[in-house]
This record gives sequence, C-alpha cells and structure tokens, in this order.
Amino acid sequence: MLTERLNTSKYTFFDKLLALDFFLIFIVILIGGISVFAIHSTEGGEFSYYTKNHLIRLVSFFAMFIILSFVKINFWYRNAYSFYLICLVALLIVLFFGVTANNSTRWINLYFLNLQPSELMKIAIIVCFARYYHRMQSADIQNYRFLLIPIILLVIPCYLVILQPDLGTSILIAGSGIVVIWIAGLNIKYFVYSSLLLLVSFPFIVSILKPYQKARILTFFNPDRDPLGAGYQIIQSKIAIGSGGFFGKGYLKGTQSYLEFLPEKHTDFIFTLFSEEFGFLGSIILMLLYILLISRVISIGFSVRSFFAKLYCFGFASAIFIYVFVNIAMVLGLLPIVGAPLPIMSYGGSSMLSIMLGLSIVMSCKIYSQDQISYY
Amino acid sequence: MQSRSTNVQKGRIISRRLFMLAAAKILLLAGITSRLYNLQISDREKYEVLADKNRIREWKTPPQRGLITDFYNKILADNDRVFQVHLSLDEIQDFDKTLFRLKNIINLSNNEIRRIYKTKAKLRPWDTLVASDNLNWSQFSKLNLYLHELEGVKPVVSSSRYYPYGSNLVHVVGYVGEASIRDIERMEEIKENLVPGLKVGKSGIEYSNEKKLIGKYGIKRYEVNSSGKRIIQLEHIKESQGTEIKTTVDLEVQKFAQELLKNKAGSICAMDIYTGQIIAMASSPSYDPNKFTHGIGHKDWEEIRDDPLKPLVNKSIAGLYSPGSTLKPLVALAALEFGTIDPEKAIQCKGHKHPYELYGVKYHCWKKQGHGFMKLRNAIKQSCDIYFYEMARLLGVDRLSIIAKRYGLGSNILKNVYFDEKKGVVPNTEWKKNALGKSWYLGETVINGIGQGYIQTTPLQLCLMTAQIANGGYKIKPHILFDKNVNFENAKLKIAKQKTNESLLNNSILEDREFQLYEKLYSRTENIDFVKDAMFGSTNEQYGTSFKSRFEDLKYQFAGKTGTSQVKRITEEERELDLKQSQIEYKNRDHALYIAFAPYKEPRYSISVLVEHGGSGSKAAAPLASKLIKKIIDRHKLREQIRKANITLA
Repeated sequence: MLTERLNTSKYTFFDKLLALDFFLIFIVILIGGISVFAIHSTEGGEFSYYTKNHLIRLVSFFAMFIILSFVKINFWYRNAYSFYLICLVALLIVLFFGVTANNSTRWINLYFLNLQPSELMKIAIIVCFARYYHRMQSADIQNYRFLLIPIILLVIPCYLVILQPDLGTSILIAGSGIVVIWIAGLNIKYFVYSSLLLLVSFPFIVSILKPYQKARILTFFNPDRDPLGAGYQIIQSKIAIGSGGFFGKGYLKGTQSYLEFLPEKHTDFIFTLFSEEFGFLGSIILMLLYILLISRVISIGFSVRSFFAKLYCFGFASAIFIYVFVNIAMVLGLLPIVGAPLPIMSYGGSSMLSIMLGLSIVMSCKIYSQDQISYY
Repeated sequence: MQSRSTNVQKGRIISRRLFMLAAAKILLLAGITSRLYNLQISDREKYEVLADKNRIREWKTPPQRGLITDFYNKILADNDRVFQVHLSLDEIQDFDKTLFRLKNIINLSNNEIRRIYKTKAKLRPWDTLVASDNLNWSQFSKLNLYLHELEGVKPVVSSSRYYPYGSNLVHVVGYVGEASIRDIERMEEIKENLVPGLKVGKSGIEYSNEKKLIGKYGIKRYEVNSSGKRIIQLEHIKESQGTEIKTTVDLEVQKFAQELLKNKAGSICAMDIYTGQIIAMASSPSYDPNKFTHGIGHKDWEEIRDDPLKPLVNKSIAGLYSPGSTLKPLVALAALEFGTIDPEKAIQCKGHKHPYELYGVKYHCWKKQGHGFMKLRNAIKQSCDIYFYEMARLLGVDRLSIIAKRYGLGSNILKNVYFDEKKGVVPNTEWKKNALGKSWYLGETVINGIGQGYIQTTPLQLCLMTAQIANGGYKIKPHILFDKNVNFENAKLKIAKQKTNESLLNNSILEDREFQLYEKLYSRTENIDFVKDAMFGSTNEQYGTSFKSRFEDLKYQFAGKTGTSQVKRITEEERELDLKQSQIEYKNRDHALYIAFAPYKEPRYSISVLVEHGGSGSKAAAPLASKLIKKIIDRHKLREQIRKANITLA
C-alpha cells in the first residue's frame, strides 16, 4: 500500500514518538535497573564509586539512546564508512597515544572520560558491513573478489585490537562482522572451510599467543592446573555460582564475592555475583530478559524494509547474543577467560556507550522502518 | 535498481540465514542453561562446601598438658602462663624490617635472631613462626604498645611446662621440649595436636605417658576473606587438658634423698615392700628440666653434657654396677634353699697372707688380718669374702642365677615408663656361651659369689631384691605411677593366702620359672628368716659392717648390708701398698653400696644407696641410708593417713 502516511518524512515528532518501541525500552530499563543493583552489591551495599558512576553512565547513555533514536536511518547508512573510519583512526591513536592500565593500552584519555574505541568498533563493523551488503547482488556476494574487502575491513581493526593486547574484544569484533556476512548470505562452504582451517591451526595459534593468554587457554582445559593463578578465576566463579543454589543466597549476601574471593566482580564476573545472589531462578530470569531483548530487535528487523536496516538489526541482535553468550559461558567455565563484558550489566563506560548507541540505531530502524534507503 | 525477484530472493536468503542462526543460538542457550543447572542444582552441595572451605578457616589452639603429681597431690609438673610472640609469615610484607623493629622493641639477642632465621628457612610461607616463647612481662607489654606498627606480629598468651622442684624430680618426671619430626612421626596424637611451639615429652614419665598428658587441641573457626584476614569468629571449641598423672613418689623424701647425694654421683631408691610403690628414686648429679622447656642455651647444654659425673644418666635405673657384698644375703639364701650349705659349717678366713686359692689363682678377703673361723651368720654380718668364695663354689653359678633372677635381678622393672632403663646381667654358663662365646670358668663362679665379675645390677634392682626378702619372700610389682587397685591390705591378704599353700608348690620352687604376683619365692620360711636375722646382726651388733649407722630406737631400727664394689682389679703391688681409699684416684675408687629394710620389727620399706667411687659401703653409703630411713619413717604416719583416705574414697 502506498499511502502517504508511510512516508516518514511527513511524520510529526509525535508520530515518531509513538513509533518508538516501548517494549524494547522497557526491557532495557529493566536490565539497566538490575545492573545498578548488581553493581551496588559489588560494593557491599555501599553507594560508592562504582555504583555512582554506573548509574550516571546508565542514565546519560540511556538518554542518548532515546535522543539518537530520532536520527534518520539514512544518516547511518550514508555515514557508515565514515563511522568505521573514525573508529579505525581512534584505534590507531590508541596505539600511539593510548592510556595504559593492567598491562594493556586500550583507552584514549578524553579528560572527562576514558574512551575505549574497540567497543565502538563492535558497532561500527556491523553498520559498515550492513551498508556493504545492502545493495550487493546475491550472485556478487558469493564472488570471492567481493569477499576480499570485508575481510580486510575486518582484519585490520582486529589486528590493532590484538596489539593492545585485547584478545577478547577482537574476537567479539570478528564475531560481529562474521555474523553479518553470514546473514548476508555468503556461501556456507566458506564458513565450513574457514572453521576447519581454524580448528587445524588452533594449536599453532595458541603457541604464538602471549604467555598469559596461553596459560588461560591451557587452564581452561584444566583449571586445577594452576588453582592459585590463571585457574583461580574460573574455579572461584564456579564455586560462587554453584553455591548459589536454586534461590540464591540473597541480595547482598554473596559471600564469595564480598569476601573478595572473586576478582573483577563488577566487570567480567558481574553475572557470577548476580547468580550467586539470585540463584538458578534469578539467572534464568535475567537470561530471559536478554532473550526478549534480542528477539525484540529481531522482530524489528523483520518489520523494516531496507536490507541495510534488516542486516543491521539481525546483525546487532546476533552480536548481542554473542556478547551475552561469551560472557556467561566464560563465567561458567565453558570458555576460556577472554575478558568480555556483559552488555549493560558490566561496569564500563565504553561498553555501555556502544550498546546504547547500537540500540539507538535499532530504534531508528524501527521509527523509520518504512523508509527506503537512497542509493548513492 | 535491483529487480524485485532478486530482492525477494535476497530477502529469503537473509531470513533463512537468520533462522539457522536462531537455531544455533537456541542450542547454545540450552548448553548454558544445562551448565547452570549442573552447577547450581545438581552439584550445588559440592560448591557450597567449596565456598565454605574458601571462607571458613580454622586455627588450632594448643592443648593444655596434664599435670604430674606426687603421692600427696603436690604438683611436680605444672603449666605456667607464658608470653609469646608469633609471626604470621604470610601477613608480613618485609620480614627483615619487621624483625629489626621487633628486635629493638623486645631486645632480642643476636643468637635469637639467628635462630629465628634458621627456623624461618624450614617453614612454609603460610606458617606461624614463634619468635620468642618466653617473654617477661615488661617485654610483652612493650610489644603490645607498638603493635600497630608491626603487621603480622601477634602477642600470644600461652601456657608452658614448668617444674616447681626442678632438678629434684627430673629423673622421675622427665622433661619436655619442642616437638621434632621424629616425635610427630611416632605418635598420632602429637601429629593431631601440632601447633606452632608444641612441647612434647622427651624423657621419663613425660615421654612414656605422652598420650595421656598431651590433651586435646581446641579450634577457633573464623570467616576469612581471600587474603586470609579474619573477619568474624564463628565458633570456639575449647582445648582440653590432658589426664593428670599421679606418682607414688613422696616429694619430701625425694628432695631429702637428692640433698643427701649433693656433690656426689650416685643413686638412692626406696620402695614399699608390700605394694611395690616407689617412694623415692633419686639420681645425682641432676639438672634443671626448666632449662629445656624453652630450648636450652648452648653453654648450659655443654655444661650438662660435658660433666664427667654424667647428670643425664638416671643412675637408679640406667646405671650398671657390680653389687659387691650386697649380693651376699642372696647368695646365702640360694645356698640355703638348695641345701648346699649348713649354716653351722665353719670356714677359716686367714687374711691376706693366706688367700683362697683355686687352680693357682688367689682370691683375697677384704680384711687384711682375716676373720678367723666363721659360720654363715657371722660371715654375712662381717661380710667375709673367703666364706662366700667357698659357698659360691659349692652352689655353682647356674643355681645362684636362678635365685638371683627371681628376686628381681637381670630384668627391667619399670620398662613401660623409662626407655633408658637397663636390664643388667645375671651370668650363668649358658649366658656366657651365648653372649661371649666362651665357656665358664670356676674362678668366675667364685668371684660371682661376692658380687663381682660379670654380674651387673641397677640400684633399683637391688632395692627390689631387698624388698622381696624383707616382705618374707613374696613377689611384688614395683611401680612409680599410682595404681589405685594396689594397696597394702590387699597385698597382705594375698600373701597370707600364699603362706597357707606352702606344701603344694614345694616341688617346682627351685626351678627356673616365672612367678605370679605375690607368689611365694622361697621353699622354706626358715631360710628367709635366717638371712633377715643375719642382716639385722650386720647393722645392729658389734663387728657388723654397718654398726656405726644403726638406730637404737626400735621405731627406726633397720637391717641392712654394706657393699663395696671393686672398679679396678687390685694388683699385687697395690695390695702390698695397702692404700687407703682416699689415696687412690677418684675414678679408680670402689663404689659404695648399701641395702636395707625398716623398721626391723614390722618392715614396710626397702632402701638401696649407691655412691659412685664412694670408697667404702660402710663409710659412705650406710650413713646416708640411715638418715633416709629416719626421714621415711617420720613420714610414714602421714602416708598411711593418705593411703587410707584414698581407699575410702575409692
């Protein structure tokens, strides 16, 4: 139906407001609220440094999320490559002028906050690839010549991030990019071959890793190998989670976490603390919320017209799944410790920023769902 | 512009791909969920336990050692409060600096610093190092003042072994020292109770009764954080004290005995002849066990170790000596029992000019002028060697050894209590063949008869021998740990029963066999009475060898036998010189011995005295015995009171 009403350029602000996906907003607020309580618990019930900061970031970036939702989807399409480039440049700046903490250089000092460009790159790569595959013919997609560019676009930032060193985030970036390529329809055989290649070269890759990364992989297979060192986090995380039981130990009663047996509890291991305090029941409910979030984004993806928006929404939804899965699996001891934050829940400004940014682009897709993207 | 169909196709491709992805996601989700289920539901208990193991830590608190008391419940081994400094190695950042600070605060000597470093090298990084286990009050309070500056340093009030009577009781009670690896390995209880600075018994009653004395450790349970810092105390199971051990020893008599032996090397033993309770067991020289409790200093140790009179040797049970003439009553008894001598038989002792000769070897009597014609009673009273050479020859060494063994010589007496006790030697032809691979010579029988030669006894064995003669010839079991089942009335009763069974067991009496408690050891009462009477004569009649030490008062009157045991063989020239004992070098002088029982009328106690290199039994040993007997009999009434009170309580 070609009614005028579908032309969003004629939408009033109020119309756009109504077009907001309130369910999505609701889920985000829920998860955000839970995250504040969780961070609060990491500080033993004190309303201190981490809680304060996390709340400020949550609120400000949530506001940003709402505001940026009104940006036209066209804008994102047109500036997809620029967005990517900006992030790439930022990564290069990090390489030369970056701030170092815990033996890795990941941040740029912007005086009032430290920005971690690799987090933004996770979103940028999705937008970039979504644009790349938006108008490509199905036949061309399979052509290996057209595959080269995405590969290069993927490898460069991954490499820069690995140099930081930040293996975890680079894997997430790679994951985000690969998933968009998959959805776009690249022939399965490429994926099969590259997985086989990866499997075969895995031992070789492990051997060229840095010693601590190597240790992480090896202790993953046997945490008791180094129970006080690299295996410590995995073992402690499992103990904390396991001892939570079905109903959990209760809010603020996570003994393992507050007695400092669990390190990094406000970042990578926030799920452990949550699980210890709210048990199996609480953990399932939280995972359910994430599933709702992801499916909501997917359903938005179904309702949009342009391939760019579709690819972006599906890609972003899958990316969120990857982030959630990797973090929870890591914390449960199913994957080696790689350092991947849990979206919204983990403490971290850049992570929150990038998720909220990504969500705002999704919201934009929703509001402007009927727009056709201009092809130039 | 893309054609519609390609768009639709592309759309379908995207949707299909998405569904495949969704399927994969569901699989992964299922994986996570099942893992979560695993941890939190199926294996929940396992992780709960591990979580508790993380946060709960136990500390052992040291056990309280059981007390050791004497017969009158006077405390011989006590627990005293001590102030200690414990260093938790895992809490100290800079060990050298902390130790330096500590050194200045409580004035540690350089030796102590060295020892601390040595100990530290052997410990693990999370162990506790006891820097000092005996601070005085001023050091302790000063330490508490500076505590905030010293991380990982803990002042601890603990208890430690203290011997109020020090060197007087060490040969009975023993001493304690820090638990060594050997100690930990040999006893499970020590391993269980191991806390830093645990002291365990090293000798005597402390060592042999460790299991009873050690007590049980207590537990303090704390919740800790990951750096091991204690947050809250959860539980406190109090430590328990070990069992109290009561001995049969009389503290006052023991102290008196040690005093009698002051500046001498020797032993004094006293026991009850019916119950076998050991009243005193003194050995000289002695040493202070309190020095060992906190680790003995180098100089002190050297002093003890290098003392030529050997204070560490408990002479009562680990000193081996030839009994000399103190054996004579037993030899006489043996001869009478086997019927090899007629007490009326007279033998002439002619002095040094006419010694006893056997196969060309000369054996002399101690009396230069000789005793003249002697009968048995006189021979005992005046201790004539010639008589006994002949008597021994007629008796034979094997038959003598049978009697000697049954009266207590040649075997351990307190074997469960003192690991350093010696058995001694009661020789016979078989023994010599087994031990030395040679056959017995008649000459050796002869000198055996006067208690010289291969025969070796401990003073306690001589005391037991005397007791079993004095009580009429009945076997008793000497003990030093109080046994409430053993009492005087009971013993007397059982002995009375034995007397009436006289005829039945006569046949096997003279065999070499084992005897039951309170069993009759003699074949004819007359023989025992004869020997006792002869000993009476030796002490209380003129020309008796211990006449000078006698008591006229019937209350204290005793009967005994002197002994002078030769240390070195006397050569012809020395015999010519006829040197006095005081002119001979100390280590070549004869040992002085004395055995006795008292009061003579109705004997209750037997005594043995040994003075190493004392020279003469009658001059050096008998006077000591005399004084001791007076002391014991003066204490007798009190002991009876206590004994009767114990019975009514039991």
